[in-house]
Amino acid sequence: MAEKILMKGNEAIGEAAVVAGCRHYFGYPITPQSELIEYMAKRLPQVNGVFLQAESEISAINMVYGAAAAGCRVMTSSSSPGISLKQEGISYIAGSQLPCVIVNMQRGGPGLGSIQPGQADYFQATKGGGHGDYRNIVLAPNSVQEMADITIDAFDLADKWRNAVMILGDGALGQMMEPVEFKESSAKPPEKPWAATGLHGRKTHNVINSLFLQPDLMENHNHVLQAKYAQIQATETRWESLQTEDADIVVVAYGITSRIAQTAIGKARAAGVKVGILRPITLWPFPSKPLVDLCSTAKAFIVFEMSAGQMIEDVKLAVNGACPVYFHGRTGGMLPTPKELYENIMNVARGEGGK
Amino acid sequence: MAEKVFGRPESLADIPTHYCPGCHHGIIHRLVAEVIDELKVMDKTIGIASVGCSVLAYDYFNVDMVQAAHGRAPAVATGVKRVHPDGVVFTYQGDGDIAAIGTAEVVHAAARGERITTIFVNNAIYGMTGGQMAPTSLVNQVTTTSPYGRKLESAGMPIRLTEMLATLDGAKYLARVAVNTPANMAKAKAAIKKAFETQIAGLGFSMVEVLSTCPTNWGMTPIEAAAWMEKNMMPYYPLGTYRSGEEAAK
Repeated sequence: MAEKILMKGNEAIGEAAVVAGCRHYFGYPITPQSELIEYMAKRLPQVNGVFLQAESEISAINMVYGAAAAGCRVMTSSSSPGISLKQEGISYIAGSQLPCVIVNMQRGGPGLGSIQPGQADYFQATKGGGHGDYRNIVLAPNSVQEMADITIDAFDLADKWRNAVMILGDGALGQMMEPVEFKESSAKPPEKPWAATGLHGRKTHNVINSLFLQPDLMENHNHVLQAKYAQIQATETRWESLQTEDADIVVVAYGITSRIAQTAIGKARAAGVKVGILRPITLWPFPSKPLVDLCSTAKAFIVFEMSAGQMIEDVKLAVNGACPVYFHGRTGGMLPTPKELYENIMNVARGEGGK
Repeated sequence: MAEKVFGRPESLADIPTHYCPGCHHGIIHRLVAEVIDELKVMDKTIGIASVGCSVLAYDYFNVDMVQAAHGRAPAVATGVKRVHPDGVVFTYQGDGDIAAIGTAEVVHAAARGERITTIFVNNAIYGMTGGQMAPTSLVNQVTTTSPYGRKLESAGMPIRLTEMLATLDGAKYLARVAVNTPANMAKAKAAIKKAFETQIAGLGFSMVEVLSTCPTNWGMTPIEAAAWMEKNMMPYYPLGTYRSGEEAAK
């Protein structure tokens, strides 16, 4: 068993990437993920890896595109405004079906926003972000240990599906310190016979490309992508249920807000309210089924986000009118307190609705 | 027994290209392919196609190819080269791609001394999208987005990218050539070869700018276009070697 060490979330992602066999990182500094780029700058040369600080997030994601096309495990990281800049490259990565890991330590927005934690990039992360019909696998850890574990999973998922995987964290998760252990990764990166490596005796050349000038071929390519996304939805959806079995009220929260919710529901349970948490771990594919199942036992949902209400749209789509869905959120980098969620839960329990 | 004295380079695919009559892309493709063959690096060459008329270059070279977003080819090439440092990586970009939307990418690739080779085809216009003004369009040049001619007051002077990059120590070989005459073609091929050799020797970034015609969007016959290029482009874009690798580091 590995030793537990105290680490920031950003650093844990960096070390986990190294454990997963990532030897190429391209990034650009931005708060609140700078510990991650700094960790990679220090760590990768120790394992004969490549760390490159690009001239922009646009260049960084295109270096990722090139390195993934060339067949290696590769990662980039940024925070909200920087992730916006990467969207062009992410769309090309989706179109060319390249595996890579992209970390977004979200901050308050829109625009230059704030440098404090936020969850307002949910739409961007789960609905596409860039142009065209595509999906990224989006993973939302809620502890430093889970950030480490999920980073290793992210590289395996990326290679398994030839797809970008986004780790959607926030400034709080990135900068908080918790004990973490790194387990050996048993998964081996698969062979990539499609990669642009140079022919080296191969008879036909490999082309990494997302251009299809003929619309029927472009549509066929979209069918291939959609079939892949359907398979991912069927097999890779993850969530965690906490005290939902007897819950009248279910709080739906991911990432750091799910941690805040744990404190709030403890207090509400002590006050006699049966309340639980459904925590999506994959934001795409979104865990709709457990929400549908809960509609037969729960009386109401409260979606709890650091946004003006984004994930609530997926919750409402899943619940489809079977139960009331309330919302509590803070924006701009303001971290909600357990107390405000507790009060919201109590309001809903009294039949007074949410805010 | 007959001796074969001329044939298609092995690195050049045996398919018809989509290029217009009189366009120089076909010649430039061939010269790049001849250099790849002569240096015997076809097996480890990875090309980066850009956005513009040469976007389909990934079909025309018999080497592994990666298609890049508009202007991003030097960043994509950087990613490829850092994974395969023993590979030979080249980008093939037009003037809009490299000197407008992709200026940052090529400047920083050159500044890092990235061991890649860029073939920059300058025809002073956006060809693929139908003849719009390019960063390299000449003053008073009429295009679909400068219908009254490129105005100095609002568009400024055209960018001389090769001269710009020549200020960077990481750029170890920079040349501007043309392929309008057999003599110039021979010089262009020698420059392209030198650029690839600079990369293979691990010296740093190398780029060859090739002045080219666009008869379709210039609204000329191929012969008129070649004459227009010589009369108008060559005085503003002088041919020659701008960095030879022999400059002392500043």
